Amino acid sequence: MQNWPVQRGLVEMDAAWDPSDPAGRAARQAPDGDSVVVLEAVVKRFGDVVAVDRLNLKIRRGEFFSMLGPSGCGKTTTLRMIGGFEAPTEGMVRLDGQDVTDLPAYRRNVNTVFQSYGLFPHLNVYDNVAFGLRRHHVPAQEVQRRVTEALDLVSLAGYGKRRRAQLSGGQQQRVALARALVNRPQVLLLDEPLGALDLKLRKQMQLELKRIQKEVGITFIFVTHDQEEAMTISDRIAVMNKGRIEQLGPPEEVYERPATEFVAEFLGASNLLDGVYRGSHDGLGLVELKSGAKIRIPDDPDRRSGQRLRVGVRPEKIHVLPSGTGPTATQNTVAGTLRSAVFAGVSFQYFFQTPEGREMSAFDRNATGGAVARPGEVVRLAWAPEHTFVIPIDQPAAHQQVQGEE
Amino acid sequence: MFLFFLLPILTLAIMSLQSGDFFNGFVFTWNVGNYSRGISLYSEQYLHAIEYGGAATIVALLVAYPAAYWIAFHAGPRKSSYLLAVLLPFFVSFVIRTLSWGVLLADDGPLFGPLKSAQLLPLDFRVLATPVAVTGGLAYTFFPFMLLPVYASLEKIDRGLIESAQDLYANRFEVLRRVIIPLSLPGVFAGVLLTGIPAIADYVNQDLLGGVGTTMVGRVIERQFEVSLNYPLAAALAFVFMLGLLATLLLYQRIFGTEQIMGD
Repeated sequence: MQNWPVQRGLVEMDAAWDPSDPAGRAARQAPDGDSVVVLEAVVKRFGDVVAVDRLNLKIRRGEFFSMLGPSGCGKTTTLRMIGGFEAPTEGMVRLDGQDVTDLPAYRRNVNTVFQSYGLFPHLNVYDNVAFGLRRHHVPAQEVQRRVTEALDLVSLAGYGKRRRAQLSGGQQQRVALARALVNRPQVLLLDEPLGALDLKLRKQMQLELKRIQKEVGITFIFVTHDQEEAMTISDRIAVMNKGRIEQLGPPEEVYERPATEFVAEFLGASNLLDGVYRGSHDGLGLVELKSGAKIRIPDDPDRRSGQRLRVGVRPEKIHVLPSGTGPTATQNTVAGTLRSAVFAGVSFQYFFQTPEGREMSAFDRNATGGAVARPGEVVRLAWAPEHTFVIPIDQPAAHQQVQGEE
Repeated sequence: MFLFFLLPILTLAIMSLQSGDFFNGFVFTWNVGNYSRGISLYSEQYLHAIEYGGAATIVALLVAYPAAYWIAFHAGPRKSSYLLAVLLPFFVSFVIRTLSWGVLLADDGPLFGPLKSAQLLPLDFRVLATPVAVTGGLAYTFFPFMLLPVYASLEKIDRGLIESAQDLYANRFEVLRRVIIPLSLPGVFAGVLLTGIPAIADYVNQDLLGGVGTTMVGRVIERQFEVSLNYPLAAALAFVFMLGLLATLLLYQRIFGTEQIMGD
């Protein structure tokens, strides 16, 4: 199981491969270098609707890449254009350095795990998995070896004779995965493959997908609307909205330093406060809120004094200080009136109102047993300056991120 | 079931073993002679029925499958209009339709008359009263019974499966061969039954489009009942016919049975 060579070339299945370099990372002379999938200014229109809007994207060889966004954000359309199921209205799609924009799906060395799995009901598991190999006239003996190996990989050894109707949802999902991976594609596309599974199975499959991806070394492009799922399994995430990429980067970066309000709101809850930049002090930027409170933020030399900014902090970064306790000198603080406290076992979720009238929420680990304050009480909300993120508001937030490489 | 199926069959079976004639009455006498006489006299007509009916079923399938395929996969939003257009002629009584075919295919009819006077066809060329006319007529008469089940099974195919096949390197031909055709077999199975059974038993087409040499067993049975008034012989012929059909059906079911075709 250690060798899962990725095929070079578009259709020939038995091209020579180097077992010591399963993902073919070394000695690549392709024009796109490290990128296995490159989209250049890709536009897809359905009638008057722009589904994908001048998208530039480079996906690195061997990475687990996720496209995350609400329904209608263009993520599935983008995936389908990579797979060859939709033709871009404009722009170019390159696979491993080759222009495949006009190549039909069956001639691309890319395989897809569909949301509905798409298992053939008239074939058993074995024949389903062997389908792609047989279309490429792989010798029967090798078909058998590779199908067995693929079923092993997804922990379904011995299920070859079963039909689709005899499999659970999770098993169907694994068969779909084996059926795609057995072809050793350059890129595996996954269109919300876990969407139909229940939560527990979903969590389990997330880890399993990650393990399999590491094991086979194939580039995975994963589409999901579940931010937690994307953060759990991805090396990099592209957060999409209205046919464009709002932000692209590793999960921690996208979560901790969202670049736009959309990203801040889509990846978990955020507390956003408007203010004006007042220059820097001690290596930290200063933002003055309407109430006069000063918030320290990670500085950026490009900011100009007087610029309007929106600063944000995640609810779990906030410490709720009961009246009487003071914040440490380095912390940002704002005052808040407790509106409600929701007990959730491991944590409390608090909802506050700031003097400006904005809602703020905070998670607090249930360490002391009991809420820190009663509704109506005024407390201080404190957090570290480095946990503050900044979203520009003078320009429209979206559409000006550097797309592609972060 | 008893009233509308078993009772008539039982009556038929009893009648087929009677002897006598219409004017002096029929008596039940275990007269097995009806069977042997029927089979030896009319074996050629039985064969005709199987030949023409079978050929008509194949012709209907060959025309209906591509038509149904096109409507199901390539007709876009106007699917139902196309379906209606194909089925519209069948709102006219089939006797009238068959008669019109007779007129159309007549030796000096609108089709062959001009071709003959232009000397493009020999003067003794004819379609009417030949097996071709009968087969064609049968195929046409029962065309909807082929088209509709085939169309229904094609329409039901999950379009995602076609994308799956394309994703797994199947070109258009292989998608058709490996996915669409196998998944439409239940419809083909139903269509063949619905077309084949009435086509084999039909007697109108060969009456209106055929000649003396193309008589099918259905016609013989009808004649025996209505003209010769030999009820026992007609019943015996019908019974043999029915048993033959039943045996064929069971065999057909064994070979192409739905169980094998359907995955779930």
